[in-house]
Amino acid sequence: MTESRNPVAHWLDLYDQTMRLGHEAEIKRELRSQDDLFMFLCFSEMMGIPNPVAYYTLELYPILLTEFHEWHQRMGMDKSPLDHVRCC
Amino acid sequence: MSGIWLAVFGLGVFFLGFRFYSKYIAERVYRLDPNFVTPAHQFNDGVDFVPTQKWVLWGHHFTSVAGAAPIVGPAIALYWGWLPALLWVVFGTAFAAGVHDFGALVLSARNKGQSIGTLCNKLIGKHAKILFLFIILILLLMVNAVFAWVIANLFIKQPGSVLSIFIQIPLAIWVGYAVLKKKGRMLVPALIALAVMYGAAVVATRVEFLQIDLVRYMGGEGATVMGMDAVSMAFLIWIAVLLVYVYFASTLPVWVLLQPRDYINAQQLVVGLLMLYGGLLVLNPEITAPAYNSEATTSWFPLLFITIACGAISGFHGLVASGTSSKQLNKETDARVVGYLGAVGEGSLALIVIAAVATFFATQGEFLSTYSSFTEAGKNGVGAFVGGAGQLATGLGIPADIARTIVAVIIISFAATTLDTALRLLRYIIAELGTEYKVQWITGRHVASGIAVALVAALVLLPDGGRGLGSGGYLLWPLFGTANQLLAGITLMLVSLWLWRQARNPLPTIIPMIFLLFMTIWAMTKQVVFDWSGLGPNDAKWLLFVLGAVILGFALWILLEAITVFRNPKKMAAYESEA
Repeated sequence: MTESRNPVAHWLDLYDQTMRLGHEAEIKRELRSQDDLFMFLCFSEMMGIPNPVAYYTLELYPILLTEFHEWHQRMGMDKSPLDHVRCC
Repeated sequence: MSGIWLAVFGLGVFFLGFRFYSKYIAERVYRLDPNFVTPAHQFNDGVDFVPTQKWVLWGHHFTSVAGAAPIVGPAIALYWGWLPALLWVVFGTAFAAGVHDFGALVLSARNKGQSIGTLCNKLIGKHAKILFLFIILILLLMVNAVFAWVIANLFIKQPGSVLSIFIQIPLAIWVGYAVLKKKGRMLVPALIALAVMYGAAVVATRVEFLQIDLVRYMGGEGATVMGMDAVSMAFLIWIAVLLVYVYFASTLPVWVLLQPRDYINAQQLVVGLLMLYGGLLVLNPEITAPAYNSEATTSWFPLLFITIACGAISGFHGLVASGTSSKQLNKETDARVVGYLGAVGEGSLALIVIAAVATFFATQGEFLSTYSSFTEAGKNGVGAFVGGAGQLATGLGIPADIARTIVAVIIISFAATTLDTALRLLRYIIAELGTEYKVQWITGRHVASGIAVALVAALVLLPDGGRGLGSGGYLLWPLFGTANQLLAGITLMLVSLWLWRQARNPLPTIIPMIFLLFMTIWAMTKQVVFDWSGLGPNDAKWLLFVLGAVILGFALWILLEAITVFRNPKKMAAYESEA
């Protein structure tokens, strides 16, 4: 949300945030759910599920590692499930 | 007496309640700590746990809890006159709903943002989870049956509203798409959606061709179609259409239709409140309903307290407060504004409903013929509110017939969204019970939705004597209120336990808890034993008897649990580790 410069814009911003709070959270939840599935597919081989495109997804690991910690915690694993990824 | 005085009295008590009582509760009872790290900061994930500005969160909480229920309950309760309804709404909000919503929020925030259901499970044990699940199951069944009836009733009485409601579906999908794709303020798309809906309402009110009036299509009220009178057939058709619609709507992802429709409804709530309070102020109408209806054959005590649930105190608020709002609290001290003032917001909606109905009738005789019995009040209450609201809107220069259609559109929109949400939740609960009891085939999305729709249809189409199909809806209203109050009783019990264990004064939550459980048990015993069992002067009503007996059993169970837990220090100790 852009910073409001006058009181009217400020109140309109607050009103807008109020109205879209629930809707935005739902969309973010849906997107996160899709991201979680994507993470799972990328890391599937390390969990014993064959990944036919491992050669390509390997390139994504450095990018995905930044989100790996939050992902495994969301999946109910308090500690990293992968020995060589010591995020926590 | 002018109807404005009702609003002045109610809003005055709400102001004093917020200014002084909620301050006392915040500082001396809940002892809010501005330095407490709330779950929103502790588990900030940018999705569920997000620190949110307090007024934004208040607005979101208020629009989430306010819907059709605080309109229907007070409109029916006017049967006993405006004074009992006014006093229960005003003092119920200030002393029961305020501390309930506020307490649920604080308790959840102090417990990692966990919901009331989870806290109940931890405190009392596994059987509490089943009790909780069944109360919610019954509550949701009632909600669906009652609101399907409310919508069908308004579609028949205000056929000009049908077009706007069906237009809202593609509009909501478009607004949802706009929210998803654009980064700027969403006020413009929402206002366009409202303008199109209300424009359709205006045109349909004046152009008979655009009114989808099933009764007229079938030859008017006296006509008979396939052995049924036209009104009963119209009920059957509308309820079938609604249930088919809600079956599909509840199986869609929430962000496609449900959430954007909520977004439009939030704007409608603001528009509706401004229109009604503005109209009341400008029109300054006289109260024509009696303060106390001495001709009422059904006693207000204790039925009043279960007829008005939402608007005075509602257990559903505890689910919202602990389910979502507690995860978004920026500071613990914000809970006072979000929780207490959220309840006040809904109380204000109930208050204007009382003012609208109390000032609607031309004479007291007209009121008495509309509210001739409690059953008639159930049938005619919402219609009286639509008429009263239409009359208030004339104060702002809006023609009464158009205003009536717009008010009907607002109520139906709220009820339709609740129908969708409640059927979706019902589906989840059926699936959860299927998993729990290893009946896998009912856990599928479409099977669970089908079972939910069938259960709702069976309830709402319940015929009562000679009154035909659709009678189930208004007959079930007191049961809905009871289930809602029981939920509030559980939440107040948990908050009281927490306070007691912390050696703080638990009276502000224990007193409303005892009051609610006492009234609920009394009202249910009276109805189950004397009204529905066939032992009293009335014929037996077996479905109501069974449902009422189950709810009464739950109420007694909760009472026993409360007594046991308060007397058992071990359970209290387990609870302390969480708090």
